Amino acid sequence: MEKGSLAPEHGPGRAAFLLLYPDTYEIGLPNQGLQILYELLNERPDACAERAYAPWVDMESAMRAAGVPLFSVDTHRAAADFDVLAFNLSAELVYTNLLNLVDLSGVPVRNDDRAPFDPLVIAGGHCTYNPEPLAEYVDAFVIGDGEEVIGEIAEVVGAWKRGGRATREGVLRDLATTAGVYVPSMYDVTYDGPQIREITPRYPDVPAIVDKRTVADLAEWPYPKNQLVPLVEVVHDRLNVEIFRGCTRGCRFCQAGMITRPVRERPEEQVRTMVREGLRRTGYDEVALTSLSSADFSGIDGVVAGLVNDQEGTGAVSVSLPSLRVDAFSVGIASEIQKVRRTGLTFAPEAGTWRLRQVINKLIVEDDLYTAVDAAFSQGWRRMKLYFLTGLPTEMDDDTLGIANLAANVVRIGRRYTKGASCTVSVGGFVPKPHTPFQWFGQNGVDELERKITLLRGAIKGTGAHVKWHDPAATYAEGLVSRGDRRIGRVIERVWRAGGTFQEWSERFALDRWLDATRAEGLDPDWYVTRHRTQDEVLPWAHIAAGLHADFLWGDWQAALAEHGLPDCRWTPCYDCGVCTDYALEHVVASPMAPAGGSQGTGQDLTRGGETPVAFLGRKPAGVAS
Amino acid sequence: VRGTTGTPIRLKYEKLGKVRWIGHRDVARAMERAFRVVRVPLAFTQGFSPHPKVSFGLALSTGHESLAEYLDLVLAEDVDVDALLEPISDALPEGMAVVGAARLVDRAPALQEAVRAVEWRVQIEPNAGVRERIAAGLDATALPTMRRRKGRDVEEDVRPVIRSLTVLDEATVEMELHTQPRSAKPGEVLAAIGEITEVRALRTHQWIERDGMRHEPLTADTRPCAAQEARAS
Repeated sequence: MEKGSLAPEHGPGRAAFLLLYPDTYEIGLPNQGLQILYELLNERPDACAERAYAPWVDMESAMRAAGVPLFSVDTHRAAADFDVLAFNLSAELVYTNLLNLVDLSGVPVRNDDRAPFDPLVIAGGHCTYNPEPLAEYVDAFVIGDGEEVIGEIAEVVGAWKRGGRATREGVLRDLATTAGVYVPSMYDVTYDGPQIREITPRYPDVPAIVDKRTVADLAEWPYPKNQLVPLVEVVHDRLNVEIFRGCTRGCRFCQAGMITRPVRERPEEQVRTMVREGLRRTGYDEVALTSLSSADFSGIDGVVAGLVNDQEGTGAVSVSLPSLRVDAFSVGIASEIQKVRRTGLTFAPEAGTWRLRQVINKLIVEDDLYTAVDAAFSQGWRRMKLYFLTGLPTEMDDDTLGIANLAANVVRIGRRYTKGASCTVSVGGFVPKPHTPFQWFGQNGVDELERKITLLRGAIKGTGAHVKWHDPAATYAEGLVSRGDRRIGRVIERVWRAGGTFQEWSERFALDRWLDATRAEGLDPDWYVTRHRTQDEVLPWAHIAAGLHADFLWGDWQAALAEHGLPDCRWTPCYDCGVCTDYALEHVVASPMAPAGGSQGTGQDLTRGGETPVAFLGRKPAGVAS
Repeated sequence: VRGTTGTPIRLKYEKLGKVRWIGHRDVARAMERAFRVVRVPLAFTQGFSPHPKVSFGLALSTGHESLAEYLDLVLAEDVDVDALLEPISDALPEGMAVVGAARLVDRAPALQEAVRAVEWRVQIEPNAGVRERIAAGLDATALPTMRRRKGRDVEEDVRPVIRSLTVLDEATVEMELHTQPRSAKPGEVLAAIGEITEVRALRTHQWIERDGMRHEPLTADTRPCAAQEARAS
């Protein structure tokens, strides 16, 4: 067993949770949310938790052939012997795997078909902010941070278990009245033609709006305390320490940034302790300081300096900061923590022109990018990776060509330092997400995304940069589910029944299966994917609240269309998005000042954001229209 | 680990039970994590991408167990290695344990070249005719078997690989196999003889041969250091 795995004790007085990640062990094991719940539940005297992952297709067929149901990794206990099957949902294309795992457990896939004694199927994670596509398949959804609510759920489930799992109605009603828990069978959805008319609770004690749960102070939750150390190589195979939750940069495409507000930093000293003890216990030689934008952590200087000092005598420990900010300050931090092995650095400008970056509120001025890249090349890095989205609202071909222009300039800067300088442009298709200002935007179709990628590839040829792109067909399917309603559930079921598991894996994905399934349900896929929504439309997730006021989101959408950016609200006046005021929360930030280098427009002259530094004027790369 | 400054050390370790299902690379990673947990003062290579000076011996196929695996490493400081064995074992996954250590002479040949033969105890599906089959197999001048080499099926003779092959009972055989110039897995040998199926295989010894003498790797190319074969657990 992995180091960090626990010895769960089962018993009549303990609610038994099977924590499931609906993808392979190698992808699912590092998931921090499930690891936190695994520890919290096993610490309780009234609960226990084990883990399971999706067996790959060959293993699954061997299991089905031998009549072996899904079982836990920890004690090889059959899934159906647990009281709860608790799934993490962090991507839409894994939904078919959820159905498959429920089925492989020997539990009926639809809520309605389950017997009173069948395990409860629960899901948490970012995707549950639009739970509707799985409303007929998941008994209860947890919205928001799980640390506190998991204990309340354990109590409700424990009472059900002591009653012999005799009825389902009672336990579901108790869950539905637990704050932060949404039980879809307690709500009616009515339609007006294709549109939703109303989503209403069936009982007076069931809330009309389910608000997310938020942990106010991360310092009270130093979890995972014993991160699992797998025996086989997995993704993110390193120590992970979450340094803050939430983000207020306000990037309009970013669902994570919108739904996890406000910013809650972990105290610097606690971060240092978790890193020191975690490395000591696990033996990892790499630690990631995780968050949505790690260079924004107000104690980043101290943590990094401490780490570098602590390393004496322990061999080389490398530190990674996922989501590096695009500025010279971040490169300074990177050079502090990466004394050796300086090969590649990744930045995410997300859009090719200053105009479009104002639309999406990623307020990186041209000069910042070039200064950051120059600093990186001058300090020994040789490969730059730039992340972009395509298919963004108001995007025009100039914006697409702007990506090529940026990449060409990055290569040009690099060649001043080294002949081996390279730049990889990675392009993902934009999928509008619920609870963001872009939730009303009609996604670009497959043809349009393919056209833009072709345009970009042509423009980038000969610049020395390379392009990688995400399959627009998978982007389309993700869009279908992302903003889908209850009717999309049957589409997911059809795709699963047709063999469509592991849809995140390109070799297993086929868009035709999704399109056929949608049409077989009498639905128009484009109605879901490429259609712009109007302000008065009842969105499928209207009864789920991340604390963001609808008029704030709509106003921010209008500001986007007006190409108007908003600086980070941590260090500027409040825009009244609704989260802090409605939930009586505050940003937990150690410093009243923006970090060196500013954050999202604070302390910068935004009127000149699109200006190209003098060094690049008159040297337009081939293929870029003037 | 040759030609280096520092103290070269050879470790012997076991891989038993469920942990047999992790591969050679995963064993190496588990070992390196254990070294860091215990803060074994490993010497590092110089240069742009420093890595610890650790080199593993013959790979053990995933699914096979062993009482006799070896690796060489270089310590930056001359510390009491025997005192580290138990802590390293505690830091390793269940089923893995370091059971002995020896100080290597400078410039000792690498394990992969030095080891000439390995011994196996193989559990097979109970087989009433096993004695006759193996006797016939050993009498054969050649035992051709198909093996996949570089993506192509190639016929190879495994008879020269067999040094000895003994039947203990209907469900157990022992064999000693050459590792050079070519080696074979115990299951391949049994398959070539025919109608004998491996259930589980345990490597019991590895041998280094010099001047007609054979040595266990902890006693070849090594200088006396504290108790060898000290059982850590």
